[in-house]
Amino acid sequence: MLGSVARTALLPRTAVRVAAFSTTQNCLAEKAEEPKKKPTIWKIDDKKRERLANFGRYAAECLPKFVQQVQFAAGDELELLIHPSGVLPVLSFLKGNHSAQFTNLTFICGVDVPTRKNRFEVVYSLYSVRFNARIRIRTYTDEIAPLESATPVFHGANWYEREVYDMYGVWFNNHPDLRRILTDYGFEGHPFRKDFPLTGYTEVRYDPELKRVVYEPSELAQEFRKFDLDTPWESFPAFRNKSITSGYETIDLKAPEK
Amino acid sequence: MLSALRSTSAVASRRLVATQPTQAIAASGEAPKGIGKTGTPFLNSSSKAEYALARLDDVMNLAQRGSLWPLTFGLACCAVEMMHFAAPRYDMDRYGVVFRASPRQADLIFVAGTVTNKMAPALRRIYDQMPEAKWVISMGSCANGGGYYHYAYSVLRGCDRVIPVDIYVPGCPPTAEALLYGVLQLQKKIKRKREAQLWYRR
Repeated sequence: MLGSVARTALLPRTAVRVAAFSTTQNCLAEKAEEPKKKPTIWKIDDKKRERLANFGRYAAECLPKFVQQVQFAAGDELELLIHPSGVLPVLSFLKGNHSAQFTNLTFICGVDVPTRKNRFEVVYSLYSVRFNARIRIRTYTDEIAPLESATPVFHGANWYEREVYDMYGVWFNNHPDLRRILTDYGFEGHPFRKDFPLTGYTEVRYDPELKRVVYEPSELAQEFRKFDLDTPWESFPAFRNKSITSGYETIDLKAPEK
Repeated sequence: MLSALRSTSAVASRRLVATQPTQAIAASGEAPKGIGKTGTPFLNSSSKAEYALARLDDVMNLAQRGSLWPLTFGLACCAVEMMHFAAPRYDMDRYGVVFRASPRQADLIFVAGTVTNKMAPALRRIYDQMPEAKWVISMGSCANGGGYYHYAYSVLRGCDRVIPVDIYVPGCPPTAEALLYGVLQLQKKIKRKREAQLWYRR
């Protein structure tokens, strides 16, 4: 949509320029007629996208037990949706495979979708320095079922997993030091869960009699006010009938490699 | 035209000199009146002892406000403005304000940024470690009252829940100029401190 707006805005200006050049020199006019590059809009490299899709098919073929789906998000971001038992095999495959070499763990994060049966999603993002490519691995779990820690494959996973544990309460098996990382000492609850209240349960103040900082149940002078700032007009009418998963494009695993 | 300007300015300056109060005082022999002329807010002393202690207060306050040494305590983006205050453009050294890295050497603390619940005991401990005659400038919305994070589960709703604050500097973040103004206000506050006189009253 944005692209079309920009194109229509650019059209009259280029037309004028073409006219001006054509009166002076022909070669310059040819240059002006070339399609303009729009550097602010991400252009999808079809060759690279095809290579990524082929690699996704290859990975799914190599690990049929764990990879449930291969898809593109936002056009050209490769995602592997895997079974929770396959975290270590998939990660070590991607790191060790010579044609991939995803040696850099960019981040691990969690997602909470309370309506799902397995409400937590854990996302691993990898980067291949050798091929300048990225891949995301998504898996799922619930409040109780533990995931396998990625620390044997990536040492950098240590603090990320601590953070996911701190914020969502996802448990990681065989983690060397799984404890809270960001929240206060003795904090209770997992603040990024959707059922955790914004203001939490406790607040602190200094008690001059006890001569220390004490914790008390939080009391607010004024409740948090959530303003409805939505416009009365539809924001994205072009996407009115699109589903929430329409941004993803599933790769057909049975299709032959191109 | 330049010479005309010079002549008018010379006339103005002469007029200023003529109306200087010092000359009038010298002529009449009266003591100067008012804080603007004497630099002291303690003008009404009933006895000689009170007068002496008022002068003692003056000297102490002069020394204290002339060398406010703040603790480097930057917590968030406000710390960047605090650095600008230290840098040559606003040059806090002009006012005798010099950053110290240890609370034992500091007598002022800028709470520059969001104070989290986890930070609160540390802030209190640092405040307790500072030697007596200490002041606190709370800098920015977050330190003043929680600001943007007022309703968050992990943020202290104002650093005055933990330590007593002398000056609140509003802003998000306050400019270095605003912080400078806060320091000047604190100096004004220190100027009116009557420690020796209160000791005598008691």
